[in-house]
Amino acid sequence: MSLDKEKIKHVAKLARISVDEAKVKSLTKDLNSIFKFIEQLNELKTDKVEPLTSILNQSLRSRKDEIKDGKIREKILENSPKENEEFFVVPKVVE
Amino acid sequence: MTDISNQSLNEIIESIKTKKISSTDLTKSYIKNIESAEKLNTFVTTTFDQAIENAKQFDNKPNFNQLLPGIPLAVKDLFCTEGVRTTAGSNILNNFIPSYESTVTKNLWENGAFLLGKLNCDEFAMGSSNETSYFGNVINPVGDKLVPGGSSGGSSSALAADLTPATIGTDTGGSIRQPASFTGTVGLKPTYGLCSRWGIVAFASSLDQAGPMTRTIKDCAIMLEAMSGFDEKDSTSINKKKENYSKNLNDSVKGLKIGIPKEYRVDNMPKEIDELWDKGKKILKDLGAQIIDISLPHTKYALPTYYIVAPAEASSNLARYDGVRYGYRSQKGKDLIEMYENTRSEGFGDEVKRRILIGTYVLSSGYYDAYYLKAQKVRQLIKKDFDENFLKVDAILTPSTPSSAFKIGEKTNDPVSMYLNDIFTVPVNLAGLPALSLPAGLDKKGFPLGLQLIGKALDEQKILNIGYTFEKNCGFKNKIKKWWS
Repeated sequence: MSLDKEKIKHVAKLARISVDEAKVKSLTKDLNSIFKFIEQLNELKTDKVEPLTSILNQSLRSRKDEIKDGKIREKILENSPKENEEFFVVPKVVE
Repeated sequence: MTDISNQSLNEIIESIKTKKISSTDLTKSYIKNIESAEKLNTFVTTTFDQAIENAKQFDNKPNFNQLLPGIPLAVKDLFCTEGVRTTAGSNILNNFIPSYESTVTKNLWENGAFLLGKLNCDEFAMGSSNETSYFGNVINPVGDKLVPGGSSGGSSSALAADLTPATIGTDTGGSIRQPASFTGTVGLKPTYGLCSRWGIVAFASSLDQAGPMTRTIKDCAIMLEAMSGFDEKDSTSINKKKENYSKNLNDSVKGLKIGIPKEYRVDNMPKEIDELWDKGKKILKDLGAQIIDISLPHTKYALPTYYIVAPAEASSNLARYDGVRYGYRSQKGKDLIEMYENTRSEGFGDEVKRRILIGTYVLSSGYYDAYYLKAQKVRQLIKKDFDENFLKVDAILTPSTPSSAFKIGEKTNDPVSMYLNDIFTVPVNLAGLPALSLPAGLDKKGFPLGLQLIGKALDEQKILNIGYTFEKNCGFKNKIKKWWS
């Protein structure tokens, strides 16, 4: 299959990445050559193969549901690009 | 000032323990080397003042029983370091200062080491040449205009140029072993789950693993011992007793069965790599190992599988960079969605965007079965290839890379040709196995070439032992001249 410009714009929208028209052209070329490479997998019959979901020979551990830390609001807000003392600030969402 | 050139970590530790050198003098020697190596562009951030402070503290109250007593170390800029900028080679994290320390670096500091600085890498560890970093190309000390490999390119370059006595990298598809091979150094990707992923900027969580990059096998064993261990903060961390890899190193190659997979002899591979592989086989055979031809039939499908699984996981992991809680935020856009889109467009570089788009596409509605599910099935077949062969052999010997270091810009126009660099390293990540890249020879240009030893899960000691014996009998000498200072 091949990816056209419209599909790439749609995927970029899903990924929340803006791409300008000039970039779409080179992306189409690159992604199509990558997908051509990826599609070698279609040579393999895999109907009866179980998909691999974990490479560890152990299942995920469970732990007690308890509070171990907290009260680190300042630390969490330290790196926010725009802050208002106690909150993260985003562009206006509701009119 | 003491001459630290070509000194192994182990030799430096001995010099510290026997008080031939103080931690302060040692640290100053590295700082001097780093300051005269700006051309190599290995460091994104340096922490010299803090390092000198730490060294003085060690000298005032030394503890020689630690694994890394008073040792300054630079680490890949993918490990979060408390209070020290951590960029992952990306503009989107240009100003990110973590308020916590990664478990792996914390383990190093608890064993007596301290931070010298943060090393350049491909953006979010996505690359094989260190050319995708927002902070510019890293130069390989082997030769001007040569790439140091990637994604841990700053690490391999700094190590080979004597800017740090040892270092750590991360390996998702070869990012420790390929740069080690390109610089004539040792690199180990441990078993998935042996080193904690907590506090490492995530790329593809089912493949990412941190590991040591060093001058010698002994150094590699020391570093692995210091950095590994169970961590309850990583849900896939393996809970097992800590091993003394360095103390248990020995020359036990005799009687071991070494598998040689025929699928690793690929088209267009330089003759020199074939010859190096033969040389490796001969060395091990002469030491009493049994060489056995094996087949890993799904090898050729590993790279296509990887380029579904890794971008899929990356597209999920990198969804967190939205310009709200940390990192770069674009000032453009009229609403929240446009702010997201512009932030991610301006913050990420081309390769990262390319992989996010691949990942988003293969996981999108209607395509999931055809790509992602298919890849997970083939991943099962690749793992089975290894499982079946490890019933017959103790370790597998292959070349580390299909070429020696290439020139900057040589492969940037064709993503697939760049991806093919990882053809021998990627299968190991898909199967979660440990693998070691050993410097083994030079090609006719004088560039280093490496061989790879793959082990069973958690069999690090065995591949380190084979590597240890190999190193003594191989006679590899790196021919790096200090042309950059």
